[in-house]
Amino acid sequence: MSELTFTLLRLGYLVLLWVFVLSAVAVLRRDLALRSPRSRKRSDDGGTPAAAPAAAGSGSPAPRSSGPSRLVVTTGPLAGTTLPLSTSSILIGRAPSCTLVLDDDYSSSRHARIFPQGDQWYVEDLGSTNGTFIGDQQVTSPIHLAPGVGVQIGRSVVELQG
Amino acid sequence: MTSETSTVQPRQRRPLRLAEVFLLILALAGGVGGFAMVGLSIRGELPDQFWFRSMLLGLTALVAHIVLRLRAPWADQVILPAVVLLNGIGLSMIWRLEISGSVGMAPANAAGNMQATLLGAIIAFALLWILKDHRWLRRYTYTAMVVGLVMIALPLIPGVGQEINGARIWVTIGGSSLQPAEFAKIAFAVFFAGYLVTNRDTLALAGPKILGLHLPRLRDLGPILLVWAASLAVLVLQRDLGTSLLFFGLFVAMLYQATARSSWMVLGLTLFAAGALAAARAFPHVGARIDVWLHPFEPAQYDRDPGGSYQIVQGQFSMANGGLFGTGWGEGRPFQIPYAFSDFIYASIGEELGLTGLAAILLTYLLIVQRGLKSALSVRDGFGKLLACGLAFVMALQVFVVVGGITRVIPLTGLTLPFMAQGGSSLLANWLVIALLLRISDSARRPSDLPVRGQVSAAPAAPEPEPILVGSPGADGGTPADGTPAAGSNLPRRRIADRAPTDAAGSTGTAQTEHIGTDDPPPYRGGEST
Repeated sequence: MSELTFTLLRLGYLVLLWVFVLSAVAVLRRDLALRSPRSRKRSDDGGTPAAAPAAAGSGSPAPRSSGPSRLVVTTGPLAGTTLPLSTSSILIGRAPSCTLVLDDDYSSSRHARIFPQGDQWYVEDLGSTNGTFIGDQQVTSPIHLAPGVGVQIGRSVVELQG
Repeated sequence: MTSETSTVQPRQRRPLRLAEVFLLILALAGGVGGFAMVGLSIRGELPDQFWFRSMLLGLTALVAHIVLRLRAPWADQVILPAVVLLNGIGLSMIWRLEISGSVGMAPANAAGNMQATLLGAIIAFALLWILKDHRWLRRYTYTAMVVGLVMIALPLIPGVGQEINGARIWVTIGGSSLQPAEFAKIAFAVFFAGYLVTNRDTLALAGPKILGLHLPRLRDLGPILLVWAASLAVLVLQRDLGTSLLFFGLFVAMLYQATARSSWMVLGLTLFAAGALAAARAFPHVGARIDVWLHPFEPAQYDRDPGGSYQIVQGQFSMANGGLFGTGWGEGRPFQIPYAFSDFIYASIGEELGLTGLAAILLTYLLIVQRGLKSALSVRDGFGKLLACGLAFVMALQVFVVVGGITRVIPLTGLTLPFMAQGGSSLLANWLVIALLLRISDSARRPSDLPVRGQVSAAPAAPEPEPILVGSPGADGGTPADGTPAAGSNLPRRRIADRAPTDAAGSTGTAQTEHIGTDDPPPYRGGEST
């Protein structure tokens, strides 16, 4: 084997090692990207649910017949979770004492609160690290939350649905 | 609740694990390529049985990949290729030293290590196949403690134990020698995880506060101190400092992780510093190690035999000879280092692959550790968190102690570099660690068993809907939910049921009582009432 071939092989081997490491890092990055809310478009929020409450839903705990009846996690690790609304507020965060315990590294332990007042629901940030957003707007004080509007908490998006 | 409300896309698709396939091909190319280049460079031809041995490694990787697809489809995709790469490079280097013909390299045995690799992989993936849920291990918390203690005590038993190179850490059973401490580290990780997850609240909260440090009560600490003292006592008797450092690090790290009290770090570091000072004074061989570490190039240290700095200096020369890009496989002279194939395989690789190669290898270890810690972060049960963190930390610490010793960051201790150094026990034990990490990462990354949209619309048909839907009887086809905590055992269901009334009543946002003594605070798993 000539000197040149060997040198090429030797350096090629090091390149191979680094291709491995960098591909593995790329896999990890893709992993992050797949799970981050930014990469999944907000198109999920487009399909605003028909507000028609389940007429036959006699067992529904939601006291209001007109208002939203549940809270749905539309994006994030817990996507698909639904939570019936009652007259009490809902605490969202990672702490086990929360009503909705998010499995989300980017949310705070007591991240936000969604609570009813009168006929309306409001969302309030509880001093979270990464903030709570409606669209691009950060929630700084309690703000009215209409059904079908996504609230971003960490990597998760929750919304009220009829 | 009609399907009009479908805003959530079902995310239950099983991953294809294509990334793993791609990375495995690269990893195999690394291992087999190294092997081929050794043969080409030293003998001018491909090694004997090149294709057979390469196929064997490839087959191992393939079988492992298939087992993961079947049994742990959501498991992390980087861990297995990283291990295969490290193992392949290690085997190539051992074989390279074996055929160097140097007298000191006579014990290098690549074929034996290949067998150990195969055995380790088979046992690890059998474990992965059998163990559907890592929480089953929690039942054996105290069994693990006893097993760990027996393991580290075994070498002291006359007739079974054997003293090699001044350290009594070997047992000979049926002609083959084992280093039981390697397995004890897994047993202790299981024990610490199981014990701490039950008792962490008492450890963290009950106890006096001294100088701003929150000290735990002694009686809460009893079993742990027992294990710690016993393992340290035995290890001092066996004169194996590396392993005792490993256990001590595991102990402190897991306590810290369980209780989040920084007092543990302070206590641990203080105790360790005191212990190290005392050991350096009391045991001449420890003091010698420190002298060798600080002044390796002084003739008095270099010429002293045994216990001189000859080995470490040879390692330094070797890495210096490698430089930035290395001499290339088979072109260096790593066989001049004593124990180049086991304790000093890192220096051997440094010579032939250079700093560039070493950095890639360290990064590969980092990837494994990072994936382990990431699994610990995202897995939902406390036992899994502690176990994954403990196992990942042990691997990180072991790599640090070995590499730090060889590069003279810390004094040299006798530990093996996981997956690379020659040694059956180390390979077996580390493959088991990988199996456990893969199992935990599978449950960490598995989509939560929550009702997806299609199933919600089907829910009204149920006569008496459960407050929580865990999967759907029809849609998951058995396999994805097979072995998940929710579907596999009735434990989580019962917990969800405990939890459900609270949720139905609605939390008002005030702090509820912590679930002291239970496995972990049960996450809200989604409630759908109709």
